Amino acid sequence: MEAAQALADLTEISSQIESAILVDAQGAVVASTLGDPARAEAMARAARELLGAAERAMGGAESRERLVQLQSATPDGCVFVVRDEERVVAAVTVPQPTVGLVFYDLKTCLRHVAGEELAPKPKARAGSKKAASENGQA
Amino acid sequence: MARRKALTALVLVGSIVGAVAWRRRSAHRRERVDLYFEDGSMVSLEQGSLEADRLLPLAHDVLDAARGS
Repeated sequence: MEAAQALADLTEISSQIESAILVDAQGAVVASTLGDPARAEAMARAARELLGAAERAMGGAESRERLVQLQSATPDGCVFVVRDEERVVAAVTVPQPTVGLVFYDLKTCLRHVAGEELAPKPKARAGSKKAASENGQA
Repeated sequence: MARRKALTALVLVGSIVGAVAWRRRSAHRRERVDLYFEDGSMVSLEQGSLEADRLLPLAHDVLDAARGS
C-alpha cells in the first residue's frame, strides 16, 4: 500500500490521532498528514531525536532489548513513535488517548506500508451473488 | 440522631470522592515517557527522573512541530 494512503487511513480510523508522519531508515520523510513539508521535516527530526535519546537513556546499542515503540504523555497531548526494521511512524494525539488502540493502529499502518496482507479476504460462498459475479456470471 | 449519622456519612463519602478525583487529576497532569521493548517489557519514566527530564523536552518539540506552535 502507498505510504500516503496508509497514513490517510490511519487518521481516518483513529479520531484521537491529530497528525502522523512516516520516516524511512535514512531519516527521510516518506509521507505525512501535515500539509506543510517544513513542519513534517521538523516533526520527523524531533521524533528521531526523541527515539535516539530514549535508546541512549536505556543504554544504547549495548542494551539487551531493542526499543520498538514509545509514548510520551503530556497534558497538551501525547507523542507516539513506533518502528519496524525499515521505517518509523510518529503520531501526535489528543491528551489521554486510548494508548493500546493508538499503538495498534500505528503498527497496522507500518504493516500496511510494508505490504503485509493483514487478513486474507474471505472467499464468497458458492452460489452467492458475489461468487457468481466473481465468476463472470449474470 | 439518624440525621446526624446521615450527615457524617455524606461528608465522609464526599471527602473520599474528592480525594480520588484530586489524585486522578494530578496523575493526568504529570508527564511521563513509556518505553516498550521487543521482548514485551516496558519502562515508565516519570517526570522528575533524570531520563524523563531529558526526553520530555524532545516530546514537546514533536508536539510543537506537529501543531506549528
